[in-house]
Amino acid sequence: MPLSEEKIRKLKIGDKIELSGTIFTARDKAHLYLLESDELKEKLSNGIIYHCGPIVKKGVFGDKVIAAGPTTSERLSLYAPEVIKKYKIKAIIGKGGMDKRTLQAMKKYGCVYLAAIGGVGALIASSIKKVKNVYKKEFGMPEAIYELEIEDMALIVAMDSKGRSIYEDVLKDSEEAYRKLLGKQ
Amino acid sequence: MNLGKAIVELYKKTAISIPADVESSLKNSLKREKKSSLAYYTISNILKNIEVARDGSLPVCQDTGVPMFYVKVPVGVSHPRIRQSIVNATRKATKSIPLRPNAVNVLEERNTGDNIGFDKGKSEVQQPIIYIEQWGKSSIKIELMLKGGGSENIGTQYKLPDKKLKANRDLEGIKKCIIDAVFKAQGKGCSPYILGVAIGGSKDLVSMESKKQLLRKIDDVNEDEKLAKLEKWLKVKINSLGIGPLGLGGKVTVLGVKMKALHRHPASFFVDVSFMCWACRRGTLIYNRGDIKLS
Repeated sequence: MPLSEEKIRKLKIGDKIELSGTIFTARDKAHLYLLESDELKEKLSNGIIYHCGPIVKKGVFGDKVIAAGPTTSERLSLYAPEVIKKYKIKAIIGKGGMDKRTLQAMKKYGCVYLAAIGGVGALIASSIKKVKNVYKKEFGMPEAIYELEIEDMALIVAMDSKGRSIYEDVLKDSEEAYRKLLGKQ
Repeated sequence: MNLGKAIVELYKKTAISIPADVESSLKNSLKREKKSSLAYYTISNILKNIEVARDGSLPVCQDTGVPMFYVKVPVGVSHPRIRQSIVNATRKATKSIPLRPNAVNVLEERNTGDNIGFDKGKSEVQQPIIYIEQWGKSSIKIELMLKGGGSENIGTQYKLPDKKLKANRDLEGIKKCIIDAVFKAQGKGCSPYILGVAIGGSKDLVSMESKKQLLRKIDDVNEDEKLAKLEKWLKVKINSLGIGPLGLGGKVTVLGVKMKALHRHPASFFVDVSFMCWACRRGTLIYNRGDIKLS
């Protein structure tokens, strides 16, 4: 079931949530593809993007995700505002946060940034129940687009649709300590 | 056991477990964070993940990185044959563990699918990265580090003096560079980090040596007294930045700082900082005529 804008608008930074439903992995190559092509327009509309390049094992019952933590989101800040606009993305899952332009696009279109804990690949994989589809397999395992069914994925709201970001707060606080240590005014 | 099989075992141990010194350092960090904080929540989940991976023989992190090999061989052991054993074992480990294929041909934008990157003529192994040297012992020692891309990307190099940082060619200047590197990285490379730093040297050497520092145990003490003091000081000061686990705020941003000093050209003064994510995957294999010891 797609996340409603109303639900998204209620979330605020610092909230811990458990997410269930369908998500799509997308990294560098996938973002360029999503902007150039309309093939996934319908599927991904109002959907959720996960910055992740999983390890997927072929099994008797189809593909199985065995590790799937987030990749660094900052690299995708370059494309995110356009992707959010084009697909009316409701949530982005990643690590490390994204830039101001992305934060503004999130505010405008009603989208949140959900932090998954970087490195906890095995733990997150346990909340992935099914690989529903794979697109652009030729991009290679880390960069292909996997459509995944998740159940109770533990996430932290780190950037909300009101224009607030935990990362901006931490940056501001750490900058004060940084300036003192470096003897800057 | 033959060497190839032993290297596959080394891969497995390294990909699915976190060294005891790192795990215990993470456990100690948990005690420093407030129970209601995101930092506490984050480290708790990190510790849970370490258990889940170990119990289920699963890779700790989906980014099984670029394999970095540091090899020492006795006199008379062929280096090309060692490289070939590593290449074969990498292909096997990529399938059997499995590892994520992480070798991308940069000109063709094509993932090779087996974690092996050759040059055009297929004679030079570019990935995994393999350093081999000779030593006086009769056994082969192989240290493996699986270096994730997130932590690799935030690594950085400075040249002193640095106008912007007002950093001179002295200890104060070195400190400024290292603090600046962590401040700029924030939590993007999966903090809490272990930092490897090399100073002096040539551009390539500091880069290689700073990364090699990441093989050291967290609780070891630098044999150089000056550097030992500096490592301690930096850990405390960097943690005062408040960046915390995964950049969500908190008291623990680094678990340790490891440094090496190198001689330099009078004109050069490099400071190179390598980052290791909390998912520090390193392992050692001692191979002695079929007997193996993994740690």
